[in-house]
Amino acid sequence: MVYQRINSNRKINMSFLELQNITKIYPNGTKAVNETSLNIDNGEFVVFVGPSGCGKSTLLRMIAGLEDITNGEISLDGNVINNIDPSERDVAMVFQNYALYPHMSVFNNMAYGLKNRGISKEEINNKVNDVAKLLEIDQLLTRKPSMLSGGQRQRVAMGRAIVRNPKIFLFDEPLSNLDAKLRNQMRLEIKRLQRQMGVTSIFVTHDQTEAMTLGDRIVVINNGIVEQVGTPKEIYSKPNTKFVAEFIGSPQMNLFNCKIENGIAHIADMRINLNNSANIDDASLGIRPDDILISDNGQHTCVANLVEYLGSDMIIYSKIGDQEFSCKLSSKINLNAGDTFKFDISNTLVHLFDNTNGSRV
Amino acid sequence: MKFKPLEILTHIILILGVLLMVLPIWFSFATSTHDNVSIMTEGMKFFLGESFSQNYNEVLNEKGGWSEEVTAARMFVNSFIMALGIATLKVVISAMSAYALVYFRFKLAVPIFWLIFITLLVPLEVRIFPSYKIVSDLGLTNTYTGLILPLVASATATFFFRQFYKTIPDELLESAKLDGANSWRFFIDFLLPLSKTMLAAMFIFMFVYGYSQYLWPLIMTTDEKYWTVVMGMKIIFTENYEGVALPRTGERFAYIILSMLPPVLVVVILQRWFIKGLIQTEK
Repeated sequence: MVYQRINSNRKINMSFLELQNITKIYPNGTKAVNETSLNIDNGEFVVFVGPSGCGKSTLLRMIAGLEDITNGEISLDGNVINNIDPSERDVAMVFQNYALYPHMSVFNNMAYGLKNRGISKEEINNKVNDVAKLLEIDQLLTRKPSMLSGGQRQRVAMGRAIVRNPKIFLFDEPLSNLDAKLRNQMRLEIKRLQRQMGVTSIFVTHDQTEAMTLGDRIVVINNGIVEQVGTPKEIYSKPNTKFVAEFIGSPQMNLFNCKIENGIAHIADMRINLNNSANIDDASLGIRPDDILISDNGQHTCVANLVEYLGSDMIIYSKIGDQEFSCKLSSKINLNAGDTFKFDISNTLVHLFDNTNGSRV
Repeated sequence: MKFKPLEILTHIILILGVLLMVLPIWFSFATSTHDNVSIMTEGMKFFLGESFSQNYNEVLNEKGGWSEEVTAARMFVNSFIMALGIATLKVVISAMSAYALVYFRFKLAVPIFWLIFITLLVPLEVRIFPSYKIVSDLGLTNTYTGLILPLVASATATFFFRQFYKTIPDELLESAKLDGANSWRFFIDFLLPLSKTMLAAMFIFMFVYGYSQYLWPLIMTTDEKYWTVVMGMKIIFTENYEGVALPRTGERFAYIILSMLPPVLVVVILQRWFIKGLIQTEK
């Protein structure tokens, strides 16, 4: 593959992109990013995920150089890039609305960055054609962006980034303008291309499914603070904070407010033995909807208030005391709204959080 | 093809409008092809006459003015240079100043913009004496520079360019930056091509504005070599009219028709851009 980045001359012992205590305060006093530190290895695909307004895009834009850094240091490939102009950073970005150049043909859109680097016409031609073939847009090179469909625009935007062969790819919610089917398709394609080229990538999204499927590692951000960094599996199976627990996973994790005395959780009149010796007055007991085990000889009994049928699965909404919860189970089980059902909550599958600081116990 | 009543009505209105615009010009043109005697005795003409080449030849080549040195052809050239200079510089300067106002976020951008805008309240006619004083102190009377320079700043065009630039999404600038474009390249490679329609429109307006200047060239020029068409309209072919001679109406109409040509040409040439821009919305 022509577009494999040559990495042999890079220093191996240090991470490729380093963020150290990055803080961003806007002129109006809003703190968008607070003391964030992060190390990203060469070739890694990292996803920043969080609710809108959490600072994930700001962080990405600071890496790109489109936003000033109030405090802290960013270094890329061993060089501090805080004060380096975005044009000199050798990063490529795919924007949410693609930001294609409306007055240029697809070819020129892709060639523009190369022209500015003083690359010869012949080489530009070769590179653009190679990338266009890779992305299957070689038929569209003479068209203007206004004549392309959403998916094609997305590909051109990707092509424009790829053809530059940058040190790092930055994606700012690039899939959010596509319809659901196209989104899944492009998601796979982005993943495939990233694997193929091995270019370090950062992908910003608010969609936890995208984050889980794309990332080698996920960075969950909330209110400008990194809540947790880890592989999708780590984040799903061992969320560090209540926020991460709620944010990752669909349907959402059930969180019961409860009191824990000597390792026994009190949820309304239900008791769950956690098999430890914890004593917390104000705790949250979390269990994923698909970890609730429904069986005829379960310890607990509840009434199904609502049943949502999803084809292979169904989701049951019920209540313990006045706290709502949901459980996901195979739709082969015959259960209708209004029926009672029995279930168990295994103490190996629960997540316990202290409500005073939201952290995992 | 069948027309609905409303369509017929709108077409009648349009045709009336066209006639209202075109007929006076046609009358002028038809009259300009007759000799002075028949115009004097029979009034305005609707049909073409036989003196076309004689009248137009006289207009272009007869030396007029008090010194009998300046020809109408010369005045056309002068006006063309003046209008071209004014239009080009106005468009270039206002596009660039709007660029500075919108994209270089310095603190005083807004006050400065309003300061520029306020100059709309002070047209050349109001500041004509101070302007004349400055230009004559600089020794620029009777030069093209003197004719053009005081008119090259345009608040209107700056305003229009500013409004247009503000509609261009920020991502375009950011993306261009990441592609290695500096501010100059962004202006040349992005803003200018994107505002093509705007540039053409502004150029047309400003050309006509420059072309129809009367007071400024009148005050600025004492040397007949720098006379412009609009000035000439008042002066040329009137100097021999002293009661006995026939008024040279045919030549004067010919002069008027010719004086309309340069702006018409500019519109005809630039309208292709204009219409192209209207058809393809490139945003």
